[in-house]
Amino acid sequence: MRGAAATLRGELIGLAGVVERNVYLVRRYVWWEIAFFIWTVANTLTIVFIAKGIEAAGGTIDVERTTTTLLIGAVIWAYLGIIFEVLTETVAWERWEGTIEYTFMAPLARPVHLFGMGVFAVFYGVVRAVFLFVIVAAMFGLDLPQANFWSAVLVLAVASISFVGIGMMTAVLPLISPEKGVQLGFIAQGILLVVSGVYYPVDVLPGWMQALATISPATYALEGIRDAILDGAGVAEVWDDIWPLLIIGAIAVPLGLEVFRRGERYAKRHGKLKRSG
Amino acid sequence: MSAVEVTNLRKEFLRREGRFRRTRVPALRGVSFTIERGECVAVLGANGSGKSTLVRVLATLLLHDGGSARVFGHDVFADPRAVRRLVNRVSVEASFFKKMSSNENLSYAARFYGLTPSDTSARIPQILERVGFPVERRGEAMEALSRGMQQKVALARALLTAPVLLLLDEPTTGLDPRSKLEVQQFIAEVRSVHDATILLCTHDLDEAEVLADRIGILDDGRLIALGTADELKARYGAETLEEAFFAATGRALGDVSEEEGS
Repeated sequence: MRGAAATLRGELIGLAGVVERNVYLVRRYVWWEIAFFIWTVANTLTIVFIAKGIEAAGGTIDVERTTTTLLIGAVIWAYLGIIFEVLTETVAWERWEGTIEYTFMAPLARPVHLFGMGVFAVFYGVVRAVFLFVIVAAMFGLDLPQANFWSAVLVLAVASISFVGIGMMTAVLPLISPEKGVQLGFIAQGILLVVSGVYYPVDVLPGWMQALATISPATYALEGIRDAILDGAGVAEVWDDIWPLLIIGAIAVPLGLEVFRRGERYAKRHGKLKRSG
Repeated sequence: MSAVEVTNLRKEFLRREGRFRRTRVPALRGVSFTIERGECVAVLGANGSGKSTLVRVLATLLLHDGGSARVFGHDVFADPRAVRRLVNRVSVEASFFKKMSSNENLSYAARFYGLTPSDTSARIPQILERVGFPVERRGEAMEALSRGMQQKVALARALLTAPVLLLLDEPTTGLDPRSKLEVQQFIAEVRSVHDATILLCTHDLDEAEVLADRIGILDDGRLIALGTADELKARYGAETLEEAFFAATGRALGDVSEEEGS
C-alpha cells in the first residue's frame, strides 16, 4: 500500500514536471506566443467577417447568430490546434533539441508523460480560447444574454478527453517520420474539423462525411457549445452531446496510448529517437 | 550481482539502399561483458564502432535484436522502468532546451525522477557548484553558455538523480583542454564519493587510461578485447594504449568503421 502511494506520488510529481517544462517554454517564448495569438485572432476574424459579408452582399441572415456560430467554430479550430500542437510538437521539439532521449529514459510512465502534456495543452488551450472568444466577441459587439458558459465549458472539458486521446495518436507521428510528422498532425486536425461542421451544419455534408461526423468528437463539441452559447442550453440539454463524447473519450484515450506505445517501440527498434536520425 | 551483465548482445539497423531495397547493418555483433559494482569500464572505439548504440541499449532507448542485458539484475528490455531508476547518462551533445536556463532544465528533469521543488531548490545550486558551474549564471539561457559549461550542466543533470550506473558517451569530446580536465576530475570524484558504476565510451585514450579500471576495445560492433590497460598492452605487445588499439583493430581511433552503427 505504502509502495503504491509512493509510486503514485512519484508519477504525479513527474506529471507536474511535464506541465512545469511547458510553462517554462511558454515563458521563454512569450513574444512568439503573443505573435501566434495575434495571428489566431486575425485568422478568426477572416472567418467571422463572413456573416457581415453575406449581409452586405444582400443575403438575409441573422448576422449576430451567424457571427457567433462562426466564432465558435473558429475558436474550437484554434483550441484543437493548440491541443494537437502541444502534444505533437512537444515530441518533435524535444527530438530537435535532443532532449527526447533524456525524457524517454526517465522513469516516468509514458501515460503519465502524455497526460501531463494533455493537462498543459487543455489548460493553455482553454486560456487562449477564452481570450480569443472574448476579444472577437467584443470587437463585433456580440450580445449573448442567454449564453450558458458553464455548459459550454463542461462540453469543452469532456470533449478535451477525446481531443487529447487523438492528440496522443498524432504525437507519435514525429517519432515515425521526424521530417514530416508534425505536418501530418495538422492534416489530422483539418480532417477532424471538416467533417464536424466547423462553420456549417453537418447536414450539408455528403453522406459519407456525415457518417464520419458521427464518430468525430468535434461534432458533439461544436453542437453542444453552440447550443449552450446561442440558446442557453443547460447541462441536461447538452447531455445528448456529452454522452457520445464520454464514449469516444473512453475509446480515444486508450487507443491513443496504444498507438503511442507502438510508435515508441518502432522508434526504439529503428533508432529514431536520437536527434540526427 | 554484477552492475552490468551483457551477454551476446546484438543490434541491427535497417539501411535504405535505393528506393525499395533495405539491408540490415549490424551495429552490435554478440557483445558480452560484465561490470562490477563501483567499477569504471571504458570502451574505446572508432566512430561507428557501436559505442553509442551500446550506451543507448543500456539506457533503454533502443530495443535489441538478440542476447540479453541486465543492470543490477534488472532485464533492460523486460523491466526498463526499474533500470531507468538506476541509470543516467551524459552524451557528447549536452541536449537541453536552449532557451531555458540551466536551473529550469534541471528542475523539470528532476521531477521526472520524483524529486519535488523543495528537493531541488537547494540541491541544484549545490550540484552546479560542485561541477564547477558559476551558480550565479544558472538563470541564463543555455544558448548563452559555452559548450564546456553546457556539458557541466549535463553532468549536474545526471548527478541530480543520484544514479548508481552512469553511462558516459564521449562526455569530453569537443571540449577545450581546461573544461575537459575539469569534467574528467569530476567523473573521478563521482566515482570515489558516490560509489557509482561507470561505463565510459570514448575515443580519448588518455581519458580511458586515467579514469577506467578496465578498458574494452569495440570494433565494428565486436568487443574484441577487455582488460586493464597493462593487460591490453601486454596482449598486443604494445608500449602504449594507442599501439595496442591499432594492433587490435588495424585502424587508428579517428577512423570510421566500415559498418557505421547508430
